[in-house]
Amino acid sequence: MTWLVNLLQVILFVAAAPLLAGWIKKLKCWSQNRMAPSILQPYRDLFKLLRKETVVAENASWIFHTAPYVIFAVAVLAAAIVPLVAVAVPSARMADIIVLVGFFALARFFQALAGLDIGTAFGGMGSSREMTVASLAEPAMLMAVFTLAVSMSTTNLAAAIETLLHEPVTIRPSFVFAGLALALVAVAETGRIPVDNPATHLELTMIHEAMILEYSGHHLTLIEWAAQIRMMIYAVLLANIFFPWGLAETLTPAALGWGVVAVTAKLVALTVVLVLAEAVLAKMRLFRAPHFLGFAYLLGLLGMLTHVILEVG
Amino acid sequence: MTTLESLYGQAVLLFAALVLFVSFVMLAQSRVTTLVNLFALQGLLLALTTALVAVMQNSPHLLVSASLTLGLKVILIPLLLHWLILRMGLHRTTDEVNRPLQLLLGAASLVVFSYWITLPVVQLSALETRNIIAASTATLLLGMLLMISHRQALSHVVGFMAMENALFFSAVVATHGMPLVVELGVAFDVMVAAVIFGVFFFQIRESIDSLDVDRLSRLTETEESES
Repeated sequence: MTWLVNLLQVILFVAAAPLLAGWIKKLKCWSQNRMAPSILQPYRDLFKLLRKETVVAENASWIFHTAPYVIFAVAVLAAAIVPLVAVAVPSARMADIIVLVGFFALARFFQALAGLDIGTAFGGMGSSREMTVASLAEPAMLMAVFTLAVSMSTTNLAAAIETLLHEPVTIRPSFVFAGLALALVAVAETGRIPVDNPATHLELTMIHEAMILEYSGHHLTLIEWAAQIRMMIYAVLLANIFFPWGLAETLTPAALGWGVVAVTAKLVALTVVLVLAEAVLAKMRLFRAPHFLGFAYLLGLLGMLTHVILEVG
Repeated sequence: MTTLESLYGQAVLLFAALVLFVSFVMLAQSRVTTLVNLFALQGLLLALTTALVAVMQNSPHLLVSASLTLGLKVILIPLLLHWLILRMGLHRTTDEVNRPLQLLLGAASLVVFSYWITLPVVQLSALETRNIIAASTATLLLGMLLMISHRQALSHVVGFMAMENALFFSAVVATHGMPLVVELGVAFDVMVAAVIFGVFFFQIRESIDSLDVDRLSRLTETEESES
């Protein structure tokens, strides 16, 4: 029974990721006074790519062929770790949040390799930029995660969220800082404004898009879908760690239904904040990105320090 | 987690942490106008913290201190500084720090340092706010770092005022606040200091045509070829 719920949760996670992307697109269009495409547009795009012919360069090695599958599989595995609707699922108990960071690193590694594999200028440039951003984002994310882990005395996401749900509502300064740090990292890692612009193919500015220029057909479907899942993972992490209320602790239908409603409401609120932030910010120069991520690291560090200084003893 | 249990305790901790955070943001800030606004924000957070501590510890005289902070450091001095900035045409001046990231990481290590040196004090104290002592000491050191790292005379004044803020902050959290006489005296000192600084600005600008104090260390009047 628990495994069935677990499986359903992962399927829901993977299936809902394009919906979240469509919703963000819709909000984004509204914020710019444009006609919005249907919220189901990402599904149509994925389906369209799936039917198209897959073209692969002559000198592509096996890395280029396997990378999309690895990236997608890792994204699904990572989605299994994050509690979406129910906390007490076995797959969330099995792995902790450091494994999650490791999964992200694994996917990024293969994506960067695939970008380099073809040998085009754009691929290499994109890979180099992606690794630059990643090498700075990872410590910031780990610092924010460690703040959570130290406060809750566990690195397991499900256990930490359960502890949070059982205690009375507490505002921790360290969580405020850690949450902000994680939000900045999420913005950088999912390639949103101000670090990267997901809607552009301008060679001077693109980071993520440059790496996947050579992909087409069902390879591209998998990569795009994995990117949407990653976006969803970050959003759910932010929503469920820092506002855990409403998550189902038992596996009764009522609790699960309530959990779905709660997580939807939280994600809607979170994306509104994201889109508003994107509306007022301009894209940074690429060389400002280290400053941005340095600030994220500082916030994570401050979260840890305020936990040690203010909250213990 | 003793302080975290009551709602007041949580709010005090949150505001104290935000005071420290504003100090960090001030360090990285390069526009003087924003710097003054951040200083006002820090004063506001400080006044709120003080008022909450007053309610939590049932010591109403701290409310007087809080309102004094609010009137002086949130409204009067920032207004005065803004007026000075406008008068001297400094509102577009930037005060870039050379290596902002290294500066901020250095500042974070100062926080660790102040935690280490205040540890014995914290262990002796029985106050509910004893955990914040380290944060207030760190705010003091960060104010000093602001004075060291920035070049514009105006940033130095803001750094100085931020240090005064921090001293008041530590008085509130480490003891039950300074005696009112002392506090009034300090408040007027700060006020007078702000006025005198204003006069000094005009003097400095008249002699070196800028408020960049690095140029004060030059001995010759002739313009060196800067390349």
